[in-house]
Amino acid sequence: MIKTDILIIGAGPTGLFTVFEAGLLKLKCHLIDALAQPGGQCSEIYPKKPIYDIPAFPEILAGDLVDNLMKQIDPFQPGFTLGERAQSIQPQDDGSFIVTTNKGTKHHAPIVAIAGGLGSFEPRKPPIPNIADFEDKGVEYIIRDPELYRRKDVIIAGGGDSALDWSIFLTDIASSVTLVHRRNEFRGALDSVEKVQQLKNQGKIELITPAEVVGIIGENKLSGVSIKQAEVVIEKSCDHFIPLFGLAPKLGPIADWGLEIEKNAIKVDNTLDYQTNIPGIYAIGDVNTYPGKLKLILCGFHEATLMCQSAYKRIFPNKRHVMKYTTVGGVEGFDGTKKQAPKAVVKAIN
Amino acid sequence: MEDKDVLIHITDRDGVSHQVNSPTDMNLNLMEVIRLYELAPEGTLGVCGGMAMCASCQCYIVSNHHLQDIGDDESAMLSEAFNVLENSRLSCQIPIDTSVDGLKITIAPQE
Repeated sequence: MIKTDILIIGAGPTGLFTVFEAGLLKLKCHLIDALAQPGGQCSEIYPKKPIYDIPAFPEILAGDLVDNLMKQIDPFQPGFTLGERAQSIQPQDDGSFIVTTNKGTKHHAPIVAIAGGLGSFEPRKPPIPNIADFEDKGVEYIIRDPELYRRKDVIIAGGGDSALDWSIFLTDIASSVTLVHRRNEFRGALDSVEKVQQLKNQGKIELITPAEVVGIIGENKLSGVSIKQAEVVIEKSCDHFIPLFGLAPKLGPIADWGLEIEKNAIKVDNTLDYQTNIPGIYAIGDVNTYPGKLKLILCGFHEATLMCQSAYKRIFPNKRHVMKYTTVGGVEGFDGTKKQAPKAVVKAIN
Repeated sequence: MEDKDVLIHITDRDGVSHQVNSPTDMNLNLMEVIRLYELAPEGTLGVCGGMAMCASCQCYIVSNHHLQDIGDDESAMLSEAFNVLENSRLSCQIPIDTSVDGLKITIAPQE
């Protein structure tokens, strides 16, 4: 069981900055995120896109913003449960919560801060009739263990980095690799595109473009797919079909936690501390809604800051706390480091 | 309706038709107009905010308007979108100016 003071669900910019504000109050944080890396949408969707409305940064790439936040929170030694989705929550008699992920990892904290953005990132599933019947019976949306494909015939669909990279990787493992994409151009990294071209020339990858997988063939298990190319549908046998069309956010299991949901977001009771209808559970950043809400990173930072003050009072109801400016109080990390403004030297004039 | 407004006909995902006015001097795109009038549930359209990096704002162009050409980003995203038809566009890539007056679109199904 992982124990912490504030359990943050979602490691996007708002969730990451929460660690800093909590750290100033000597509260420890642990973050859960469905993605394998921190940063949320900034890392997953637009790491190379500039953001222009982060105060004091006239321009910063989304990926760099995440890197800076990671550096900023490093002294507070946050814990991470990455690649797992927060699945269920059990309120405890003492007012604390146990949050369990889809992989069974349990986390215990007196405060839960949901900073889940638009939700956890799930694979985009193509609308192929009966595909759902074959999930984990030959159809996989994520490659968890490449060994599963050893000496198998594999068909991959998609045109981005993920489809290209896995096609390249699996040529050394699988009996055959076929890549199907709706057009001749791929939007992946140039290196990967050139490598696939090379493997195609060597006969190690069969490329079917412009084409689309339109049907699944099989009884209880996948035995092949139907591929439509230039209005002609062909059937191709395979052991595995792996559609790799990237990820999209879904609110997911959080929607069933008894929280008040409005417009696909978690309604917060007030803008004083962004607490939800369940005391001890807060919602901050893009995942919440209240009158006047703006889904901006800078608003998420503000919400995280106020939330931490409220969390402190909830954890230590009898303690008085005075907000200190970092310029005055410095930043004292849990790792023993201390950053402080240098003392001014007073020198007498004779 | 102001002088600078345009009229757009939008059929939502439930098949309901709407006629909406949109100003042309506010640097809006079509995805933002759909959201402005709440013609799709929040969080289901314009997920990436308008960067042509998701396909949640896909729409079908029903009228014969000559729109701005499809850019590389939009084209790449459409090549990985679902339910794509010949007349598919990402509404976030269609700026609202006087050339879209009378435009008729249908919002594509949610993925």
